[in-house]
Amino acid sequence: MKLELSKRSAPSIVMTYLSPLIGLSLALVAGAIMFMFLGKPPLQALYAYFIEPISELWSVHELLIKAAPLILMGAGLCVCYQSNNWNIGAEGQMIIGGMAGSALPVMFPEFSGPLVLPLMIVFGMLGGMLYAAIPALLKTRFKTNEILTSLMLVYVAQMILDWTVRGPWRNPEGLNFPETRRFDAFARIPEMLPADGRANFGFIIAIVVAILIWVLMSKTLKGFQVKVIGASPRAAKFAGFDAKHMVFFAFMLAGATAGLAGTIEVAGATGQLLPTISPGYGFTAIIVAFLGRLNPIGAIVAGLVLALTFLGGEAAQITIGVSDKAARVFQGLILFFVLACDTLILYRVRLIFGDKTAAKGAA
Amino acid sequence: MGLTEAILLTIATAATPLLLAAIGELVVERSGVLNLGVEGMMIMGAVGGFGAAALTGNPWIGVIAAVAFGALTSLAFAFLTLSLAANQVATGLALTILGLGLSGLLGEPFIGKAGVKLPSLDLPFLTDIPLIGPLIFGQDPIFYVSIALIFGVTWFLFRTRHGLTLRSIGDNHVSAHALGIPVLRYRYLAVMFGGACAGLAGGHLSLVYTPQWVENMSAGRGWIALALVVFASWRPARVLAGAYLFGAVSIGQLHAQALGVAIPSQFLTALPYLATIIVLVLISQNIRMTLINTPAMLGRAFVPDR
Repeated sequence: MKLELSKRSAPSIVMTYLSPLIGLSLALVAGAIMFMFLGKPPLQALYAYFIEPISELWSVHELLIKAAPLILMGAGLCVCYQSNNWNIGAEGQMIIGGMAGSALPVMFPEFSGPLVLPLMIVFGMLGGMLYAAIPALLKTRFKTNEILTSLMLVYVAQMILDWTVRGPWRNPEGLNFPETRRFDAFARIPEMLPADGRANFGFIIAIVVAILIWVLMSKTLKGFQVKVIGASPRAAKFAGFDAKHMVFFAFMLAGATAGLAGTIEVAGATGQLLPTISPGYGFTAIIVAFLGRLNPIGAIVAGLVLALTFLGGEAAQITIGVSDKAARVFQGLILFFVLACDTLILYRVRLIFGDKTAAKGAA
Repeated sequence: MGLTEAILLTIATAATPLLLAAIGELVVERSGVLNLGVEGMMIMGAVGGFGAAALTGNPWIGVIAAVAFGALTSLAFAFLTLSLAANQVATGLALTILGLGLSGLLGEPFIGKAGVKLPSLDLPFLTDIPLIGPLIFGQDPIFYVSIALIFGVTWFLFRTRHGLTLRSIGDNHVSAHALGIPVLRYRYLAVMFGGACAGLAGGHLSLVYTPQWVENMSAGRGWIALALVVFASWRPARVLAGAYLFGAVSIGQLHAQALGVAIPSQFLTALPYLATIIVLVLISQNIRMTLINTPAMLGRAFVPDR
């Protein structure tokens, strides 16, 4: 028995939309099998993961908090991956962005007023952009592989954050805990419906940014250039598109979204800077981008789905005692099956039984 | 044992997992496949090796399990990228995410458990020779495997027919296919060899380097191994040099931390990652060298026509 691929004459439109759904379903089946091996009732576990968290209002609020950074970075990474810039360092860009966004309330706590939050957001985006510009610069100037440099910078960013929070930025009134001072109300993103839950306007910002990136990608010349450079660098060269400029554009756009995500995280949910900003949102955003078909609108849906895996992981740990590590496995499975199903877009897949000559005769 | 000896020994211990993972990936990339999942395969090898050794009490069974876990993990990558022609970069990332998650889940019962350490070689008299004795005759068994693999892979790639075939596939899979070479079969075997090596590297981490299970204990070594392959411009002997250079950097920063150098420990910990970036920048300067040795088909999917 073997698999045989035959190229379709044109990419299947149906499969473009169907393949993430098939992939997601297969990941659920694989997840159910995983729960069986862990000795947990699979259906109950899936319920705890994917239904329970959205059956209560406060919990939906938590979902939106987790979805905001995923949607932002997922949408930003769409631009990177569509233009063939393999930025896998969004996690680091988010950390540096979160730090840059915190600089104002941590270093100048006496500076207060309605200007604080907008400035924090600008600083946060600039921080993420600048950090993302490093792999872009190394790629364009020295032809250094951006996959490796952007990833290495994640580890460096984690160390910078750790040092800063334990060292110069530690809360002077904080009993030596590794955390900065708490931000005052002007430095916080307000909650949307404080009566019902904690969700803040960061989610709205994320949706707006994702839509803006979608407009950029589908309605502007810039978006067209991104796609051409990604699909065919040679054609882009003949058209006179500047590939080096595009590397910077894609990286810095993704860096800005990551910096914004970091700022929303510190100014929204936590309200201070801690030694860890993110439980791996920057890496999960890679899954978001692919599950969302490298389309910023798709990233909104995919961001909500993956936020659910984070939330479900926490819920399932409490209700049925599944390790929260299972959530990471789920996320990996989702990306795996989605990528596998993407084959259906470009190829027809046939299973061939018996030897090759017999199959040819049958065909 | 003097301090110099101790430092040299620990450099070898730190370099061995990098060397193993990099030499495996080198063979994979020579066949034209880019597997970015080294980190995932390595951590699966680490948890498999630790688990098997802890359950049976036999570190050798741990070593075998580490190799098997690495190879099996790589099979998932091979199926997607070779049989289904999926994007190699994305699938490699998926393998890393999945490996880190799955190893965390599988390793949960082993957190805080005492590990089983693979004993070092101890030859009577020979190991007692000052300085070179422990360095040459007193290392852990996986160290010798890693050195043997450098010679073995060099011989295989450049002195055997199969090695030549493998390299030709990496340089032009369409021509190789036209000549009747089973491209995908070679690539499957290459990917599994890379997985086995990464798994063994993980086993070295959890059975020799620090015989315990810690989540994410590979700490980016899989990525550094990937960088080493680029650094070595796909030549096995240079992988050896690169791995020991990085081993020296990471041991150097540990000693600097222990001595209380007036640099924050976080910056010293970040040093190997920064060194990777700097080395990559320097090596990318030599474009001629890179062009000659880079497998032309690296990262490109191949679908055989009928």
